[in-house]
Formats: sequence, C-alpha cells, structure tokens
Amino acid sequence: MSHRFRHLLAIEPLTREQITFLLDQAKPFQEFQRYPLKKLATLRGKTVALAFFENSTRTRISFSTAASRLGADQMNLQAESSSLKKGESLSDTVLTLEAMKPDAIVIRHGSSGAAEFISHRVDVPVINAGDGTHEHPTQALLDALTIRDRSRSFDNCNITIIGDILHSRVARSNVHLLSKFGAHITLCGPAMWLPRELDSLAPGIRRVPRLEEALDGADVIMALRIQQERLHEPSLSADEYILRYQLTPSRVRLAKSNAIVLHPGPMIRGLEIDPVVADSLQSCILEQVTNGLAIRMAILFELIAGSAEPQEQAKDSPHAAH
Amino acid sequence: MLLIKNGRVLDPASKTDARLDVLIDKGRIAKLAAGISAADALVLDAANCVVAPGFIDLHCHLREPGQEVSETIESGAQSAARGGFTAICPMPNTQPVNDNASVTRSIMERAAAISPVRVWPIGAASKESKGEQLADIAAMQQAGAVAVSDDGRPVATARLLRQVMDYCGPLDLTVIDHCEDSSLAAGGVMREGPRSIRLGLKGMPAAAESICAGRDIEIAALTGARLHIAHLSTRGSLEHVRAAKRRGLAVTCEVTPHHFTLIDEDVQYDSRFKMNPPLASRDDRDALLEGLADGTVDAIATDHAPHHPASKDVEFDRAPFGITGFETAIAITLEQLVHANRISLMRMVELFTTGPARVLGLSQKTECKLAEGSAADITIFSTDRAWTYRATESPSRSRNTPFDGRNFRGGPVATIVAGKIVYQA
Repeated sequence: MSHRFRHLLAIEPLTREQITFLLDQAKPFQEFQRYPLKKLATLRGKTVALAFFENSTRTRISFSTAASRLGADQMNLQAESSSLKKGESLSDTVLTLEAMKPDAIVIRHGSSGAAEFISHRVDVPVINAGDGTHEHPTQALLDALTIRDRSRSFDNCNITIIGDILHSRVARSNVHLLSKFGAHITLCGPAMWLPRELDSLAPGIRRVPRLEEALDGADVIMALRIQQERLHEPSLSADEYILRYQLTPSRVRLAKSNAIVLHPGPMIRGLEIDPVVADSLQSCILEQVTNGLAIRMAILFELIAGSAEPQEQAKDSPHAAH
Repeated sequence: MLLIKNGRVLDPASKTDARLDVLIDKGRIAKLAAGISAADALVLDAANCVVAPGFIDLHCHLREPGQEVSETIESGAQSAARGGFTAICPMPNTQPVNDNASVTRSIMERAAAISPVRVWPIGAASKESKGEQLADIAAMQQAGAVAVSDDGRPVATARLLRQVMDYCGPLDLTVIDHCEDSSLAAGGVMREGPRSIRLGLKGMPAAAESICAGRDIEIAALTGARLHIAHLSTRGSLEHVRAAKRRGLAVTCEVTPHHFTLIDEDVQYDSRFKMNPPLASRDDRDALLEGLADGTVDAIATDHAPHHPASKDVEFDRAPFGITGFETAIAITLEQLVHANRISLMRMVELFTTGPARVLGLSQKTECKLAEGSAADITIFSTDRAWTYRATESPSRSRNTPFDGRNFRGGPVATIVAGKIVYQA
C-alpha cells in the first residue's frame, strides 16, 4: 500500500518510489493517446471538479481532457464566473463545490499553499494544478516522464533550468523531483531571480547566473516561461533578458549534442526561446503536452479509483501525500 | 482589605526578593512585611507564586472603535487581565484612527466604565497615521494618551518623524515606531529566507526592519527625543539599538514573546503564523535572546493583534497580519527565558514592569513598585503550575494564536488592579 495517495499537493513530500509508481502508471495512458477511439469507462459515473481560480488554458484543458478520456464527468469553476469575485471565501467556495459531491477536486490558485489549505477542509482527494509560486506537481511529473522517455536516467543527469526561478512553481516542483533521483541541477537566470536561499531547496543544486556556463555539459535544458509582467518590474527589460538568456541555437550547442529542450508553456517565441530551437529535433515541447494528458489520467485514476478501495486501506496509508 | 500571603515578592524597583505578605487597603499597599495577620482581610494564598508589581503591556490592539467583530475594549481587557496585565497600551490603528482627543477620550471613557485593567492609549503620530500631517498630539496627551505611534506602519518619512520627535520631546512623550522600509518589504507575507523560498511566499528581508531602525535612531540623535522601537525582531535592529544606547541616546526597544520563541522555519500555510514583523530567522531569534539577557531589550510586549476567525481563515497571503498574545505572554517568557536559564525571575519581572514604565517615562503615572503607600497593581504568577492553553476559553473575541493547545509550566494566577482582584485562576 506504500504507493497510495490521498491527495497530490506537492512533489516535495513524495518519495522516489511514489514518483516512480506514478510515472509507471502513466505508461499505458501514453499508449492510449495514440488510439483512434480515446474513451475509457474507467471513471464512468465519477465526477472531477476543476476549480481554476487563476487563468489557465492548457492545464485546465489537459485535466479536462484527461478526465473525459477516463469517462468522468466534470464540474467547472472558473475565476471569472466564481463567487470569489462576489466576496466568498475560498473555504466556502470549495465547501460548496464539495457539497455537489465530486470525486476529486483539481485546484489552480494564485496563492501559495491554496491546495493544501483546501485539502484540510474537504474529504475528497485534492490535486494541485499550480498554487502561487509554490508547486506545480503534475508539470514536474510530465517533465520527468518526458525526460525518462528520451532514455535519460535521472541519476547523474545534468539539468539546466533557465528563467525566473524565484517566482516559478514549475522550477520548484522540478527541483524537488529531479533532486530525489540524484540529478545535478543548474539554476540559471538574472541574479535577482536566483536568490542564494534556493541552494537549500534540495540537494544537488547550483546557481549560475551566466547562461553559457549553465548550459555547458547539460543533458536536459528547461526554459521557463517569462511572465511579461515580471519584466515590467523596474529591474529588467525584455531586450536585456533576450540578450543574456534567450535559448538560441548557438547556446544550445554548448550543451551535450544529444541534449533535449523542454518548456512548460505557454511559450513566447523570440523571448525566452528562439523559434529555431523550439522547432528543432531536440525540442520535446509538444511531447510534454501529450505526456501531460497521460500523467493527469494516471493521477486521476489513482486518486479516484484508489479512494474507492475499502476505507480501512485508504486510511491506513502511511504515505498520504500531504 | 486584601491580604496576599506566603508569596515570593519580587520588586525590581527596590531589588526586593523575599517571602513577604502584602496587605492592601483602599487600593493601596498598606503593609509589606513577613507574617502579616489581619483578621478582617480577604486572604489570597500566594504560596509557590511570585508577587510582582502589575505587568504593563506596551503594545496591543483592542480594535475598538471600528473592528469590534475582532475585539472590544472589554473583551481585550478581560483577556489582558487573564494574562496577568494590569495596564495595557492599545495602538491607535482603530477605525477611526485614534489621532485626536475625542477618540482618545472615548477610549478612556469606555475603559473606565468597563475595563478590569488600566488602559493607556497610544495616539497616532500623524493624522489617520497617513504620514502627512501631525496628529493632535498634545490634545490626545491631555485626554490620556501615553505615547504616539503610527503602528501598523512606520512613520512614513524621516522628515515627518523629525517633526514628530521635535514636538514630542518637550511634551515628555515617547515616539514609538514600527520599523519597516515599506519599499523593501512591499508585498511580503513572511521573513525572506530559505523557508519563504520553499513555501513560495513573498519574503520581507530582515534589512527592511533594520534600515528603518537606523533611520529612526539618527532622528533620535538629531532631536534628542525619546524613541522606542516596537516589536524589534532582527539582529541588525538590535545592534542599532545597542549602539544607540552606547551613544547615550534615549532609545529603547521591545520584543514580543512570539519573536523570541518561534522562527521562520516554523511557518506553515496557516495564518496563525502570519504577523508583522514576521517570524525571524534562527540567528535573529538568538540575537533577541541575547538582547533580553544582556539588558539591550527594555521590555516584553505582546503585540496582541486579534483578528476574527473568518478574516484569518483564508489563504496565507490574503490573511491579515497578527496574533493574539495577552494570555500566553507570561507562560512563554517563563518557558523560553526563565526555565531555559537565560534570565532571572527578577529580570523577567523588570521586562514587564519597570522596563515598560521607563519606556513611557511614566514615573508620574505608575509607581510600578511594591512599597507601602503605592497603588496596589499586582501581578501574581506561578512558575511551575502545569497547564494547557486553550484559545477557546479566552474572553478575547479572536482565536488567532499559534500557541493554542501548548502545554506550559507556570502562568498567571491572579491580577490585582487598584487593590481589586480582576482575575484569579
């Protein structure tokens, strides 16, 4: 029972075994995406609540499609239409949602800790689809699946993550995940987005403000989305970022010749990444999107079908992923 | 008449530490001696307890007028009595702000009618605490204000602070400042450090406090007026204060029980760990412990900041700053400072009595001593009674404390104001 999950709130508390288990569970769902008829009855009669308090297109569609392909019904709550705008608290909104009896709640929220916050207040499994600048666990899992598929072992793998590390939940989840498997992680970006406290996040991290140095010997290159609003802070212009940090073909050549390029999207061609790199054979960006469906199907299946097990077993789980 | 028997009398003013009885009559200490007997007096047995001058809390928020859903003068003062305080100083950030004599007077009148403990309001330094124009400081003082502060935020500019301090010097009023460089701390919800990075919560660097403390101390040097730094929480600020004292400036500071007990590593996604200044690093906390022991810190103050459960039960970054503190202050101080052998019991009593009185320059208002003829404001506390703090039992209207359910050794036993028992455990 060591793989049982109650919630998926963050990568940080998970064990290596739990992560491997989820990645393995995603394998058949990767195959499934190639089927001509993409509909299972596995979760027929189950309902997934998608509570997106922050704008999101790709993650919401990915979860929604994953739920549909498993046969689950959905309830949608979006920031624009939510009662939050009318002054209702997150707690009350989520309790209202729970009263409609979903079998899992997927939450995206602008506040760090929001997924954990609601997990203490509801009895159904909670899946974190991104909370503030804390974590984005399904993104890290789909990235790991993508890296593993390209036959990279995580152990001793050199992974370079580039961008606004300080404000990136994708970076945090990836750092926690990859570090558990012994990867060497290089964080790269303008120094004000690269505070020294990042060193304490997990073992095996180094911070390198110069991109050329950070890419030297990399097996995996991950460019983060640059949020335009951050560039509007007084500190840095888009031109300055492009000059020093854009992932260009010549810079990619500094990495190992078989290095792969990842990007969590949405990607802005010409800002953090050169179109030539985005479209190169080294780029796995579209595979990441497809793998996102597989990992989210695996997680929905695990949390919903898993919680249908006899109550004793679910409660006994010593590895509840809080 | 009230006779307190068998207690250990600790009086910092006279350096008394002896087993003495205290006889109280007509609100004053009639006799202080061993083995007093008075047939017609009500006897309070203080065996195994410390009998000290009444504890003063320099820093609290009573939320009245304007935010009575969180606290009232009555509920807050009852909580203070339960915490062993005989006098409390509510900060002016009410709605409306206590920036003129009519608000001060209404607080004084309400307190006189309903409060079991003495209420000494602190007036705003600037109108609406906006940092633009001086508040009606002398009028508030005449109505009962004992100091001025724009607490909740710093006095906005060095220029305004200079004017306030220049003005307050001849009035013999202390200026209390909440030290925070607002541009550096903007948007922060906890102390910047490894924990804020891990939790993905926006941090306020420790320098945001010490920069402002440095500014304030230079203004204190410029004006010669009394400056008190509220809820000091960093090593940097403490070193500024230490240096200021060495220069002979009239600079004092207070530290809260939560800042010398908890650190940023304790912060969870739980708004009971959210206050401003935020919980500091271990190194900063250790500096506070040193300052409490070596005399740099003048007072312990609670910064009792009640918030109604509905306002606190939200996402961490959306929750208001502040935790309640009256009822746990003595017990936490015993736990962290006295039982841990960092300070003596006498020093502890000083930090709650003569220390805060000196900060306010209150010699004329409170005698703050146990002596025949003095006002009978007395705090009696145990140093070894085992008990568990339950926020649900508090008379406060709020429950926002990280110490709910904590087991303690020692705490308040009785609170006496002007000879009247206002709380007894």
